[in-house]
Amino acid sequence: METTQLIYAVTGALIIGLGLSAALRDEPLLARIIAINIAGVGVFLLFVAIAYRGFGQTADPIPHALVLTGIVVAVAASGLAIAINRRLHHDSPSGDGPAEDSSA
Amino acid sequence: MSWMLIDLTLCISLLILAVAALYARGLQQRVVFFIAFGLLCAIAWARLNAPDLALAEAAIGAGLTGALLLSALNDETDPQPPLTQPRLGRLLTTAITALLTLALCAAVVTLFPLHEGIAIQQLQQQMPHAGVVHPVTAVLLNFRAWDTLLELAVLLCAALTVLNLAPARPVTAHDSPLTGMLTRILLPLLTVTAGYLLWTGAHAPGGAFQAGAVLAAATVVLRLNNNPGFTHLRVGALRALLALGLLLFLGVGLLQTVLGGAFLQYPPSTAGFLILLIEAGAMLSIACMLSLVYLGGHLHPHWPCHAPSNGVDTWKRHS
Repeated sequence: METTQLIYAVTGALIIGLGLSAALRDEPLLARIIAINIAGVGVFLLFVAIAYRGFGQTADPIPHALVLTGIVVAVAASGLAIAINRRLHHDSPSGDGPAEDSSA
Repeated sequence: MSWMLIDLTLCISLLILAVAALYARGLQQRVVFFIAFGLLCAIAWARLNAPDLALAEAAIGAGLTGALLLSALNDETDPQPPLTQPRLGRLLTTAITALLTLALCAAVVTLFPLHEGIAIQQLQQQMPHAGVVHPVTAVLLNFRAWDTLLELAVLLCAALTVLNLAPARPVTAHDSPLTGMLTRILLPLLTVTAGYLLWTGAHAPGGAFQAGAVLAAATVVLRLNNNPGFTHLRVGALRALLALGLLLFLGVGLLQTVLGGAFLQYPPSTAGFLILLIEAGAMLSIACMLSLVYLGGHLHPHWPCHAPSNGVDTWKRHS
């Protein structure tokens, strides 16, 4: 049981590192959102691995509830980031869209 | 031994897919790899006895986030900017993240063997009074109801911001990749599935979040079919739907204080009913919020949130 937990927990830690280093690169915003989401999934994987209690036994429900909350907040945060990006793109002078029409 | 092989295969595939989603050449490829990564993660969580999370990850993490990212691909039209980061900076960030990861791995290794904390012992003692049999639902809506209440508030903030950020631009119309026939089959199926997940959450994996995500998937289907399914929804009704979950939750919590209990402390006899009531409201609100976030704040082309006449005109011109 401990090896299983350890395998998944270390995988989670590695995914956090991968996502974090990718999120810090100079890249389009969408790529960074993907990177942050992947780092988040790494955190969730770490939590779920620690909540595991062996084959056929019920896992610890408290980390599960926290992760469930986290998943939903993560999608809302990604949606918010995308909406802000879209608005910035729309309002920037080089961006095309009705913003130019109204200023003319 | 065979299980260990499966675990190792799963973990290595997860790492490979993560690298592919982070370093693939095109953004579109990255999004597709990200969806695959999420689905594989759902399988890993099913293996780790977390069926609730597997459901949520498949529906929300991979499904809705994937749909969101795919629809956002259109925004990133400019070619990738050249790497402006200086070499030293890149080296430094890589070194720091590598150190952090190493420290995290070391911390994880020292965690074992795990001992059951006080929290889980208290949880097992209190389970008979929770009103529901499924422990995850009991933690979410009874023992740690504060977390869920505040989470709904966070979601409401995000949804309202997205609603207000939406520029008065036409929603890009595209060819509908789904046939009307498929929509007619999928929509009732999704609605029934959402109801089932909501009801079954009391004693088995499921609950308001998964049900809300499945309902939001119905919005994705409608949008892919170019069906203006929300044309009849007014701003007031939308706001009411968004706030319903949070208000119901607060109302039930405050009612307990009026009746002489503590905030959000349900009496054991009615706990089951109250939890189902809160979950039903939360499901509708969550479905509404996730749909709104997916649609980027634009419920329909004539959505009156920024400059109604302008929005309508540009829509007509483009279509």
